[in-house]
Amino acid sequence: MLAFDYACVTGTRRHRGVSIPDEPAEKSISTLQHPTRNLCTMKVHEYQARQLLAEAGVPVPASEVVENSAQAVEAYEKIGGKVVVKAQVFAGGRGKAGFVKLCDNADDVKTAADFMFGNKMVSKQTGADGITVKKLLVAGAVDIESEYYMAVVVDRAKRCPVVMVSREGGVEIEEVAAKHPEAIVKEWLHPHLGLLGYQTSNLIRALGLTDKDQVRAAGKVLRGLVKVAYDYDCSLAEINPLVRTPDGQILAIDAKMNFDDNAVFRHKVLQQMFDPTEEDPNEVRAKEHELSYIALEGNIGCLVNGAGLAMATMDIIKLHGGEPANFLDVGGSVTKEGAVEAFRIILSDQKVKGVLVNIFGGIAKCDTIAEALIAAAKEIGFSIPVVVRLEGTNVERARALLKGAAIAELIGADDLTDAATKVCAKVA
Amino acid sequence: MSILVDKETKVICQGITGKAGAFHTAQCLEYGTQIVGGVTPGKAGTRSEHDLPIFNNCNDAIHATGADVTMIFVPAPFAADAAMEAADAGASLVVLITEGVPTLDMVRARKFLDDAGTQLIGPNCPGVITPGACKIGIMPGYIHKPATNGSKAVGIISRSGTLTYEAVWQCSTRDIAQTTCVGIGGDPVKGLNFIELLTMFEEDDATHGIVMIGEIGGTDEEQAAEYIKHHVTKPVVGFIAGQTAPPGKRMGHAGAIISGGEGTAASKIAALRESGVVVAESPATIGEEMAKLL
Repeated sequence: MLAFDYACVTGTRRHRGVSIPDEPAEKSISTLQHPTRNLCTMKVHEYQARQLLAEAGVPVPASEVVENSAQAVEAYEKIGGKVVVKAQVFAGGRGKAGFVKLCDNADDVKTAADFMFGNKMVSKQTGADGITVKKLLVAGAVDIESEYYMAVVVDRAKRCPVVMVSREGGVEIEEVAAKHPEAIVKEWLHPHLGLLGYQTSNLIRALGLTDKDQVRAAGKVLRGLVKVAYDYDCSLAEINPLVRTPDGQILAIDAKMNFDDNAVFRHKVLQQMFDPTEEDPNEVRAKEHELSYIALEGNIGCLVNGAGLAMATMDIIKLHGGEPANFLDVGGSVTKEGAVEAFRIILSDQKVKGVLVNIFGGIAKCDTIAEALIAAAKEIGFSIPVVVRLEGTNVERARALLKGAAIAELIGADDLTDAATKVCAKVA
Repeated sequence: MSILVDKETKVICQGITGKAGAFHTAQCLEYGTQIVGGVTPGKAGTRSEHDLPIFNNCNDAIHATGADVTMIFVPAPFAADAAMEAADAGASLVVLITEGVPTLDMVRARKFLDDAGTQLIGPNCPGVITPGACKIGIMPGYIHKPATNGSKAVGIISRSGTLTYEAVWQCSTRDIAQTTCVGIGGDPVKGLNFIELLTMFEEDDATHGIVMIGEIGGTDEEQAAEYIKHHVTKPVVGFIAGQTAPPGKRMGHAGAIISGGEGTAASKIAALRESGVVVAESPATIGEEMAKLL
């Protein structure tokens, strides 16, 4: 996507012989997080990332965010010259879908905006139904001489943030990493001291900048990016590309940021940026009930406590020939109401033909889950088999409760293998 | 024998008057852990519901009780600070149970603890247990089997919580005792990791085998595999959760750069097998595989 923007801006494809995949930047969620957290790492729109960078002193081309075509034209009148109009959605594939347009007059801006507001954007990432665009970014387009890459992520092995820069900007960085790992230069930051002066000069030198003003400008960008990463608890803060214009300006053209979900509580600005309409509604609903849910493709719904056990439950279903319909971790402090909601979310998926409940009670108590099962049977009703495997805290009480309730669709299981075998047989 | 904690270990609980702290302190006491006091700022001089003395800060608590291990149930926004306070007060081991601690907080805290010479378990972990002697954390005690003279016993290291219970239960029901079980937690920046604990179990005479449970993401398991190849002589059974997790959703570009493309379940399993670790295909056969090796 970022590379595509470049193509739009300049009207040419890349020149380094590197193919440009029209791949979404959204795929580059950092692995530097716990996997389950990863899946719900908070994202912000491009225009919001630009805003955070601009506030930290990083120069970005003039831009406006608009919500209708008239505003888009007004924005063009203000910015003038050449602009790029971009739909603000999380889904990738904007360029191919016609939702990124280079324009050099007001009529073209209006046509582009009318199209983007008037049609649903359909790409590989959106599904066949497509998504409605609510905001556009109208940004000044600049001529580009060189493109660079800059990012800050947390290196879990070294337990500190690492700054990475590359002269190979504008392309997907993982391609650079695969083909020319030496083209990526890194500096690890001291946990308490952050980015030091000598590290800044090492990194800027690696970009090949020598002109004094440009070195100073790039240093400002680097410090701004690191500041944003620290100030907002970014799991990833990336500028790609950072460009040098023919007249020697250093500008951040596109940026992407992911934030540590665990830290969003202390950032009002980020809470306001959160856009629930861009998320899977079931995942948002799950989050509201402190459940961790990810929809998958299969037909066996899973309700498990603990992320590791939830992944292992998916694994064992597959090992026995089934396909999990979801990942769902109810967490340790789950309430009866929360677990009932979990059933509601699982059962709302029309693909689900059977459910596997796998609870190893620790903090989460088996009897809480049993009560939720009974309540769910009453309130929602089970029309499909539900295989239940319970072990751990208060398991005896849970078994007694379930026995008393005598729910026809419930099938008990002795252990994990038994549970997986039974549920796979039921949906086969 | 055991590692890290035993019958003599004296523990204080930071956050002892909170709901989770109070509940699990009671559970640990019931298991036989020597919990000797707690910390809740502003409540010094009072006693907890378990009739334990409460102190305003770690320094006072450690000096008054002689404890050198702390168990932290402080809410996530303050948890890293609590760990640093414990280190500053001279604790030798901090067990940080709290879930949801911001990663950058842990980056700072881990460095602080390293500089103070304090060991850390967690965050976002079930804790550590030496069955029959000392339980510091939230794991159900009854699923564990204490090691006795002459019994076959294993050490367990896991990134997961409930999956650890699963593995413990599979061992206990097959008459395999545990010397110590350590839940190292699922967060990206944490305390003790596989390699440090593999070293401890390798040196512990009572430990006859080691179970290690990993999951996708990061390269801890690959590094552990490399270590095992050269330094671990005891049989190791492994399991990696997330083999069927969909690609793209969790594997990220920025991380893959640092880890050089490692971090998938397949790469971890291959690395472990290459080092002679028996990797269970199913999460239900961890105990069985260990029984075969002992």
